[in-house]
Amino acid sequence: MKLMSEPTSSTSEPVTRSDRVTTAADPKGNASAKPSPHRNLIEVDHVDFCYGSNHTLFDVTLGIPEKKVTAFIGPSGCGKSTLLRCFNRMNDLIDGARIVKGEIRIHDVNIHRHEVDVIELRKRVGMVFQKSNPFPKSIYENITYGLRIAGVNNKVRLDEVVEKSLRGAALWDEVKDRLHTSGLGLSGGQQQRLCIARTIAVEPDIILMDEPCSALDPIATAKVEELIHDLKRDYTIVIVTHNMQQAARVSDRTAFFYLGRLIEYDVTRKIFMNPSNPQTEAYVSGRFG
Amino acid sequence: MNANVATAPAHVFEKRRTVARTREARAVWLFRAVTYSVLFCGLFVFGTIFVRGSAAVFQTSFPFINVGFFTEAPESLHVFEFDGAAMQMGDREFREFRETHNLGTTRVESYVYSAGGIFPNIIGTLLLVAGSMTIALGLGVAAAIYLSEYSAQSRFIQSIRLSILNLAGVPSVVFGLFGFGLFVLFAPVIGSEPVANVLSLRMWPLSLYLNFTGWNVSLIAGWFTLAFMVLPVVITASEEALRSVPKGFREGSLALGATKWQSIRTNVLPYALPGILTSSILGIARVAGETAPIMFTAAYVVRDKLPWEGLEHWYDILFQGVMALPYHIYVVSSKIPQNEYTERVQYGTAFVFLAIVALVALSSVLLRNKLRGAYRW
Repeated sequence: MKLMSEPTSSTSEPVTRSDRVTTAADPKGNASAKPSPHRNLIEVDHVDFCYGSNHTLFDVTLGIPEKKVTAFIGPSGCGKSTLLRCFNRMNDLIDGARIVKGEIRIHDVNIHRHEVDVIELRKRVGMVFQKSNPFPKSIYENITYGLRIAGVNNKVRLDEVVEKSLRGAALWDEVKDRLHTSGLGLSGGQQQRLCIARTIAVEPDIILMDEPCSALDPIATAKVEELIHDLKRDYTIVIVTHNMQQAARVSDRTAFFYLGRLIEYDVTRKIFMNPSNPQTEAYVSGRFG
Repeated sequence: MNANVATAPAHVFEKRRTVARTREARAVWLFRAVTYSVLFCGLFVFGTIFVRGSAAVFQTSFPFINVGFFTEAPESLHVFEFDGAAMQMGDREFREFRETHNLGTTRVESYVYSAGGIFPNIIGTLLLVAGSMTIALGLGVAAAIYLSEYSAQSRFIQSIRLSILNLAGVPSVVFGLFGFGLFVLFAPVIGSEPVANVLSLRMWPLSLYLNFTGWNVSLIAGWFTLAFMVLPVVITASEEALRSVPKGFREGSLALGATKWQSIRTNVLPYALPGILTSSILGIARVAGETAPIMFTAAYVVRDKLPWEGLEHWYDILFQGVMALPYHIYVVSSKIPQNEYTERVQYGTAFVFLAIVALVALSSVLLRNKLRGAYRW
C-alpha cells in the first residue's frame, strides 16, 4: 500500500526535507497541512462537525500518514476526541452528531457515503477507549469476540489468534495460564492491554486510541507506551492525549487543536521544540491547558 | 465548684442534645413503627391463612400432610350419623359406604366442594402461569429491546411508553372481557375448510384457511389474556435492566465490527437477564392470583378431565379449559352456601396457593442468583 519507502523518522534524528510537513496559515488563520509526498491513509478534507446545534469542529484539514503514530493534543473540549471518533463512525451512535461540510477519506473512500459498510469500516479501524472496557467474559472470549462475531469458529485458528494478539499486546506471559478466568480480574494496566489485544485480534489497518493511559499509573502507562512503539511497525496509530510529554515521547507527528480548529500540525520534534504558531508555543510550554 | 465540674464537657466532641438530633430520633422511630406495622399486617394475613388452612392441609397422622388434598379432585362432602358416630365422607367413599351399610332414614347433609382435593386447580394454575409468563417475557423483552436500543427517542416513542404504563392501570375485569372478546370469540384457528358466517382467510398458496372462530374458553386464551395483563411490568423492568448495562459494553463490541443485534445479543442481554428475571417475579405473583381475567377465558368451575386427558392430537391441549386456584377460592367463598366445611376448603386452598407462589418466586430468585454469578460485571 505504501508507494515510496520513507526514511525512518524517529524524533531523535534530524528532520529531513522529505518528511517535513509544512503548515501554512490561510486567510482565516486556520492551519492547513499540505500533504507530504507520501500517501496518507486518512485524509481529513475541510471538515466541519456539529453535535446538534453545537458546532464543534471548524474547517479541519490534515492527513494521517501510514504506519506512524500521530498524536492529537489540545485542552479539554477542543474537538480532538470528536475527530477521532469520526474515523470509525462511532459518532453515528449519538443523535444529531454529523459532519456538515467536507469529507473524511480512508483508503481514498469517503467513509460517510451511504454505500460504505460501517461494520467493515470498524473492522479495519479499531478503537481503544479511555476507560478500559473489557467484557465480563474470560480473557480468551474477550480476544476472540471480534472474530466470533465475524463468523470464525475454528478453535485452532482462535487459539492462534489469542496467542498472537496477547503477545502483540505484551500480555501473554502474564496471563497465559489463566486465559479462561474473567477479564475483570486483571489490573487496570493489564485491562487496557487486554483491550488493545482485543483490538489487534481483528487485524485492523488503523488503531485509534482515545486517551488510553489517562486512567493508568505511571508504570502501566510506560508499558502501554512501549507497546505503542512496537505496534507502529504493523499498524497506523492515532492517539488523543492530554499528556504532552506522552505525545512527545510516543508520536511521530502531532496535531494541536484549540476550540475546534487545527492550529498546527507537524513533525513532533518541531511542534515541541520550535513551533511556528504562538498559540502552540503557549500550550506546549504550559502557559495554558 | 461542684456544679461547675458536673456541667463542664468532658471533651470538645461531646454529644449534645440538639433539636436536630431529637427530630432525627423521632423520625427513625416513626419509620420503624411504620415498617413493623406493615410487617404485622402481612403476618396477620399469612398467619390467619396458615392457621385456618392447616386444618385442610395437614393431618395428625403420618405423613402429616393431607396428601389427598393435593391429589384428588373436589368432591361433595356428606355428613351424617351412623351408629352414634359422626361421619364425614367424600363422594366416592360415601357411595361405597352406602352399598355396604344400611343407612335407612339417616339424615345425610351434603356440602359441595368441601371434600376431596384441589389437584386439578393446582395443575391449572401452574399451566396458566407457565404459559402466560413465557409469552409475556418473550413479547416484553422484545418490545423493551426495540424501545430502548433501536427506536429514536422521539415524542411518539415516549407516548408509546406512556400507553404501556397506562395498560398497567386497566382493571383486570376489563382484561378478562378483552380476552373474551378477542381470544375466545374471534381468534384465528387453522382449518382445512372455510367456516360459514365467520371471517375466513385463505392462507395462500396452501389450501388451509384461517377461520376466525375464536379459541373458546381454553388455556391459550387465558395465556394471552394474562400475558397482556402483566406485559407493562415486564417491559418496564426489562427496559430498566437493559439501561443499567454500561454503555462501554455496547461501544466496545460495536467498535470491533459487530452489528447492533450481535452486540445486544452477546454483550448486553445476558447481563440484563438477572434484572429482568427479578421483576418477572412480581409478574408471576400477579398472574397466578388473578381471577377476573381467567373467569371469562380459561377457567371452569368444575371439570372432570385433566387438561391432557382425552385428547385427539397433542395440540388440542392448548384448547382445553382448566380449573384454577383463585377461581376456586372465589367459587367456594361466594357461589355456594357457607358453613364450617367450606371455610376449611377456602383457607386450605388459599394456603396452597400462597405456598405455590412462594415456591415459584423462590425458584426464580435462585435462578437469578445463579445467573448473577455467571454474568457478573
